[in-house]
Amino acid sequence: MSESPYPALVSPDRAPKRLGRVLTYRRFAVISLFFPPTGIPAVISSLKASRLARQGDIEAARLRGERAREWAWYSVGFGLLVYAVAFVAYLMLVKGGSVRRVNFNWNLLTTRKVWSVIGEGFLLNLRVFAYSAVVVLIWALIVAVVRMLPGKQCAPIRWLATAYCDVFRAIPALLVIGIVGFGIPKANPPIIGGHSDEFYATLALVLVYGAYVSEVYRAGISSIHWSQTAAARSLGLTYGQTMQHVVVPQAVRRVVLPLMNDMVALQKETSLIYILGGLDAINSARFINNSRASFTGYTVAAIMFASISLPLTRLLDYFTKRQHRRMSGGS
Amino acid sequence: MSFLTMTGVHKHFGLNHVLRGIDLEIEAHQVVSLIGTSGSGKSTLLRCVNALEAIDDGEIRLDGDRVSGRGIDVDSLRTQVGIVFQSFNLFPHMTVLKNITLAPRKVLGVDADEADARAMQLLARIGLAEKAKDYPDRLSGGQQQRVAIVRALAMEPRLMLFDEITSALDPELVAEVLNIVRDLAADGMTMMLATHEMHFAREVSSKVCFLDKGIILEEGPPERIFQDPTEERTQAFLKRIIDAGRL
Repeated sequence: MSESPYPALVSPDRAPKRLGRVLTYRRFAVISLFFPPTGIPAVISSLKASRLARQGDIEAARLRGERAREWAWYSVGFGLLVYAVAFVAYLMLVKGGSVRRVNFNWNLLTTRKVWSVIGEGFLLNLRVFAYSAVVVLIWALIVAVVRMLPGKQCAPIRWLATAYCDVFRAIPALLVIGIVGFGIPKANPPIIGGHSDEFYATLALVLVYGAYVSEVYRAGISSIHWSQTAAARSLGLTYGQTMQHVVVPQAVRRVVLPLMNDMVALQKETSLIYILGGLDAINSARFINNSRASFTGYTVAAIMFASISLPLTRLLDYFTKRQHRRMSGGS
Repeated sequence: MSFLTMTGVHKHFGLNHVLRGIDLEIEAHQVVSLIGTSGSGKSTLLRCVNALEAIDDGEIRLDGDRVSGRGIDVDSLRTQVGIVFQSFNLFPHMTVLKNITLAPRKVLGVDADEADARAMQLLARIGLAEKAKDYPDRLSGGQQQRVAIVRALAMEPRLMLFDEITSALDPELVAEVLNIVRDLAADGMTMMLATHEMHFAREVSSKVCFLDKGIILEEGPPERIFQDPTEERTQAFLKRIIDAGRL
């Protein structure tokens, strides 16, 4: 072998690392005792693992150690859940059950009238949500595509779209609803004046969420590799056709999750219409609260909002998983 | 007048002067191979021909028409010049069939049934008819690249550009792709290939161009370039290829 000024690429033989160690997870098992029902088997398994290791039965010891780790994790999970539930139960029971009486008044919760009054208000929220969601999803896509137009000749229109996004993301939604919902009807200008509260609330939400959602679309569009555009353009498709058939369909698939996230948020933000005085779920709930000296109305409204949001979230997870199975991404 | 003429073509990417005065003439039905090291400008040259990159100086003419510079109709140029990329670039959200029929339908206005029928013929020709309804990720690299070629051919181009189309493929998949190119050459398609497949370039080309630092340093019939290169850099390049066991 010739002398080389460089270190050898293969190091000389060295002592092998000891691989025969047994992991007993003793400390983790002991900590998991904070939830005894499953913490105890964790500790027992861990102790057995040590004893087996001492007796020289390494294979059995390892299996025990693994068991100890599993029990310890169950403990952490179940423990947190049980303690959280216990805390809520405690709050319900202390001070003669005042929390329960104020917020979960059983009489009110079982009164049909309460549900029908607040439910009627909630229909207003749902209407505003339905209209604004559809308009936002289209409007935001237009804004995003405009912001990504190429070339210096498109700079003015790009700036316009950018300014819109910046401004409406900089102002709290509550203020936009206030300005649009109080300011416009009061001044009553032509074309945009003289509409209902419902219209102005929808408009305000479209303006605010359009700005947010366009950013989501934009992230999706820029995540599509330029080679896709090159391939489409090289087949003779125009810029618009490339966007329509190749880039946007892939971009939207990629951002459904954050997109739906914003839709769930939008669904809840429709509650801001209450500042305009419209009889939505929240104002109806306040009406109930005031007349019955309780806050149970809010609880009912909360259940209604959640009953829409929760299934939406689950549905979304389902679709995302299904899509992953069907088509595993692009280049 | 040649079918494709490039005169004094220059291209910069920022400070990087990639093409430094390319002069090239290609006759109809010729197959021209571009060889040279990575970064010598082969890919950029191809991409300038179908205006995926705009050139900074010089002129490109296709069948007499100016196809470079301001005011040209790039979309109609690209319907006549097909390109196939190293990384296939199939559209992952469309089936194989839709990948092929998209451009004929949207650009040429062919109706759906006719476009489907033609695409199925082309797929049958390359032995992939049964994959028509599959998404690209279900196909092997070689199959994807064959579909990409067919996708370009569905536009019935007059000139085909191949940009290192086998460089991303496992060795055993190279032949099935090159066979299609071989068939196209036999059918008289005018083609430009940027390639590292020297055997293939030698076999299929009417002309080989050795690119070095953005110029065509040496060009000629394949026998002469491969057996008797005059330029020192061409000799050095070919020696490295031989050392790597690729020629």
